[in-house]
Amino acid sequence: MTPQKKARSIWQRGRSAILVAAALAFCSLAPTGATAQQSCPKTIKVATEGAFPPWNYVDANGKLAGWDIEITAALCKAIGADCPIAAQAWDGIIPGLQAGKFDAIIAQMSMTPKRMEQVDFTIKYKESSSRFVAKKGAVTNVTPAALKSKTIGVQRGAAQRTWLEEQGYSNIRHYETTQAVELDLIAGRIDLLIQNTATSSLVFFKRPESKDFEFVGPEFKGGTLGAGQAIAIRKGDNTLRECFNTAIRAIRKSGEYDAISAKYVPFKLLTEDQ
Amino acid sequence: MLDLRISVESLPKLAKGATLTLELAALVLVTAAILSIPVAFALNARRSWVSRAAEAYVMLFRGTPAMIQIFLVYYGTSQFAWFRESVFWPIFREPYWCAVVALGLNGAAYTGNILAGAIRAVPQGTIEAGRALGLDWFKLQRFIVIPQAVRIGFPAYTNEVIQTVKATSLASTITLIELTGSAQMLVNDTYAPYEVFLAAAAMYLAITFVLAVLFRHIENHLYRAGRDPAAQNLKTAVEA
Repeated sequence: MTPQKKARSIWQRGRSAILVAAALAFCSLAPTGATAQQSCPKTIKVATEGAFPPWNYVDANGKLAGWDIEITAALCKAIGADCPIAAQAWDGIIPGLQAGKFDAIIAQMSMTPKRMEQVDFTIKYKESSSRFVAKKGAVTNVTPAALKSKTIGVQRGAAQRTWLEEQGYSNIRHYETTQAVELDLIAGRIDLLIQNTATSSLVFFKRPESKDFEFVGPEFKGGTLGAGQAIAIRKGDNTLRECFNTAIRAIRKSGEYDAISAKYVPFKLLTEDQ
Repeated sequence: MLDLRISVESLPKLAKGATLTLELAALVLVTAAILSIPVAFALNARRSWVSRAAEAYVMLFRGTPAMIQIFLVYYGTSQFAWFRESVFWPIFREPYWCAVVALGLNGAAYTGNILAGAIRAVPQGTIEAGRALGLDWFKLQRFIVIPQAVRIGFPAYTNEVIQTVKATSLASTITLIELTGSAQMLVNDTYAPYEVFLAAAAMYLAITFVLAVLFRHIENHLYRAGRDPAAQNLKTAVEA
């Protein structure tokens, strides 16, 4: 059985479970104080990109793995829902959500103004910033004017792409995935890349080929780059949003969030209280 | 809801991408046409190692997806430090030339195969007639074989041209913002894949339609009654 088929059959089983659950809820008063959230759906179909290590990726066995996958499992346990996860190419991830192919996107999505017009977001589930990377000593100043003659690589569906255009950077090359950007930076086809700072330090700078490269310029955040990262859901799906919000607070409070994060990053992903 | 306004609004940006599509297709077709001539003669060569080598080349490029070929040329070459220091790097550094090289080699395999088949289909009698007139090998090819082979292979080549236009969409996977690439960028801006890809499809259709009409005209011209190409060329050859 292919993962999609499997996900679908779980979904179908889940759907009948919802009907049963709805019927039960109709007949009896729901007990309060249970760990699972009562009004939440029993099945939540989740999409992730599956091409953004270490956050979400397909491992050597062809299975989805990474921080997002573990966080999803923890969140769904807190909600008391079954969450089949499927990988979906970044370019089509928001249209797929809107078309109802899945109910939530848990894939490091930054809350940008542009995306907020299309989808609703939960509370922040991660902080992030963006930073340029270039060959050691090649670049000192990262203003649009200083980088006029340099080629910059960026993932085409990323918030950083919109940001580059908005700031007036020229010579931008657009890639489908961040790995493709990194490969071309190493190959020397582009002079700089810009992406999530943590992704660079956790993935790119772990590669032996990256030893001649360094971060340049400050960390950028906010505005077009988004106010942190969150789970995206369809516009108006308030019940689901509240379910996820409660679950995010719960796994942060229980320490589960930090325990999962510690497996991936040597620093705290969220510091402030929500 | 289908919002056709988005489709219409995306047309100017798509048109910009379409110019790169046409430019790439033209370059690829020229490269493929030039390379297809030696490939065709090699395929028909009497020496078996020459024809085997040509067959292997055709097999390789027809038997693997063009997308893999593009990836091999673009990401494959850049993996090796020695290659990045070689004289070829200025060409392979650029996504534009990688697309032309990969699709050109791919097209040469298909076009070469079409041409080789067409050459084999040239009536033996006309070749013997040419020999009887004392034409040397080069003149025989130039005046008898190639002109007839081009007419025989032309309908199949029309397909190849249209395939090539569509194959340039693969260049979007190596950062080129041609028609498909600009559509993908617009989808990222508008989150309206249906409207944007529909507009892009309409543009491809318009391009291939114009090409189909153009090639129909050329075909009609080539096969116009009373213009027996072999006879015409024999006359020219004898007069020359």
